Amino acid sequence: MITPALVLSAVLFVIGTLGVLVRRNAIIMFLCIELQLNAVNLAFVAFSRLHGIEGQIFVFFVMTVAAAEAAVGLAIIISIFRHYETVNVDNFKLLRW
Amino acid sequence: MELDFSQQIHYVWALLPEIVLCVWGMIVLIAGVSGKHQDADDGAAGDPSFGPKSDLGWLTLLGILLAAGANGWLYGVNEVGDSSMIAVDGFRLFANWIFLLAAALTVLISFVYIYRLRLQAGEFYALILFATAGMMFMAGARDLIVIFLGLEVMSIAVYALAAFNRRDRKSAEAGLKYFLLGAFSTGFFLYGIALVYGATGSTNIAAINTSVASMAASPGLLVVAIALLAIGFGFKVSAVPFHMWTPDVYEGAPTPVTAWMSAAVKAAAFVAFFRVFLVGFDAAYDTWFPIMWWLAAITMVTANLIALVQTNVKRMLAYSSIAHAGYLLVALTAANENAAAGMLFYLLIYTLMNIGAFAVVMSVAHQAEERLYIDDYAGFGWAQPGIGLFLTIFLLSLAGFPGTGGFMGKIYLLQGAADSELWVLSVILVLSTVASYWYYLRVAWVMWMKEPTSKDQHSLVVVPLPMCLALIVCVGLIIYTGIFPGAAIDFARSSVQGLGSLGGGMLGLGL
Repeated sequence: MITPALVLSAVLFVIGTLGVLVRRNAIIMFLCIELQLNAVNLAFVAFSRLHGIEGQIFVFFVMTVAAAEAAVGLAIIISIFRHYETVNVDNFKLLRW
Repeated sequence: MELDFSQQIHYVWALLPEIVLCVWGMIVLIAGVSGKHQDADDGAAGDPSFGPKSDLGWLTLLGILLAAGANGWLYGVNEVGDSSMIAVDGFRLFANWIFLLAAALTVLISFVYIYRLRLQAGEFYALILFATAGMMFMAGARDLIVIFLGLEVMSIAVYALAAFNRRDRKSAEAGLKYFLLGAFSTGFFLYGIALVYGATGSTNIAAINTSVASMAASPGLLVVAIALLAIGFGFKVSAVPFHMWTPDVYEGAPTPVTAWMSAAVKAAAFVAFFRVFLVGFDAAYDTWFPIMWWLAAITMVTANLIALVQTNVKRMLAYSSIAHAGYLLVALTAANENAAAGMLFYLLIYTLMNIGAFAVVMSVAHQAEERLYIDDYAGFGWAQPGIGLFLTIFLLSLAGFPGTGGFMGKIYLLQGAADSELWVLSVILVLSTVASYWYYLRVAWVMWMKEPTSKDQHSLVVVPLPMCLALIVCVGLIIYTGIFPGAAIDFARSSVQGLGSLGGGMLGLGL
């Protein structure tokens, strides 16, 4: 069971990484980052079948931190939307992307 | 006092500085929204450093002082019995001094800035305290879980600080960029932890090293894990090629936040980087040595070359901070006791000179975000000889001029590199330092040698009293460590000694 789960986790992680690099909408980029974190969670759960409970505990920390990050990140996205009325990162010209 | 981690209560004593900072952060937050401070903004002239808007800043400084007391108290405790997730060793405590110093200096230089730009003082100072606590967790972690939590406590607070000036588009953009790329790098970092856990069966740094040492050759899983962790840390310390966010975020973020980010966040990331790689992956040194070698070389060369053509001072200092990350990566590549002590010493000096330089930049920018181009400094030296001289000293120290702390720092980094016989890397370090003289000294030249465009161009520059205090501390310590480095470097050397006995045999590395 471990190998398919690890392969799935790697595939999800790559999809998330490509999504961040390819998509230009800040919300979608953020969703792709969340996808990466969930790929990591899957890997932890899979490995904890080998090594014991520690990996599953780590997953709880990752989920908690991801929630905190989402709160701050969405607030930042709202604050930039108020200035530009868009969340497409190509439209932000003051600093170079 | 003796700490025995089989008793849960002893974790409270081991984490006392962090706990003090978190509690104090909440006190500052509550004091900030209590209302008195919000409507005190009547635009009155004069030095607002002691007005009702600024007492929160002094309250914050008191908290930092208390945490410093707790940190000093930890020198008196001994660990007995099994080791825990939290290290109580000199390495952590020295790093804590750097973080507390950086936080105190940042608070001192941001009084008038917060007043002028009408930022919420309570939230600003509270976020600084929370992020400092996160940095301390990173420095004291003996387990990857704690490093991850510390990294996030720090990062989330700093994302908010970078976007803190809501009225400014640039600040919002800097916040978004830092957030997206920071969270992206966290993904890599976490995947690295997951693979380390898979390969070694533990997230405890000492246990990881024991497990790695027992393997005949590094398995593929571990190699990928080390590379992913290096990417994650590379983003945080802004090593080339993971530096894309640095100039933009440093330019857009409020200047006191930039000063603090460039010093303290980098220091925290480097301290954790050192502990994970030198203690955790000591036995896999041959695997990560080439990665670090190239990271260091590319970072030093690229950053110094791009810095040559910058016209905005904040961007120039951002590239300078990337270059300094390269110098510190040389110490990581060398991976011996002298290099680790040199790194701690350099981080201390770097904190002083970088925050000092940004403080003067803030003064020139009228304690706001106005005049940030190198041309705006024309004739500044003669108009304001006091802080003109200070800025010159900071620039000379960043460049590594003899007689300043920056010079001694580079000497110790080179000594560490020589101990591991990294001759090529040492030559690159010296040559890129020579190249960096051009862009540091150009600012000094514009400042002293060029005529100002109008007579009263610099008449509005103010240096409030708290900033004066911070500048004097920075200059004093830079000159002192430049001439008498003995005490500081001996302290750094004794601080890294505990590091080796924790995990594997960091100090005896198979070189």
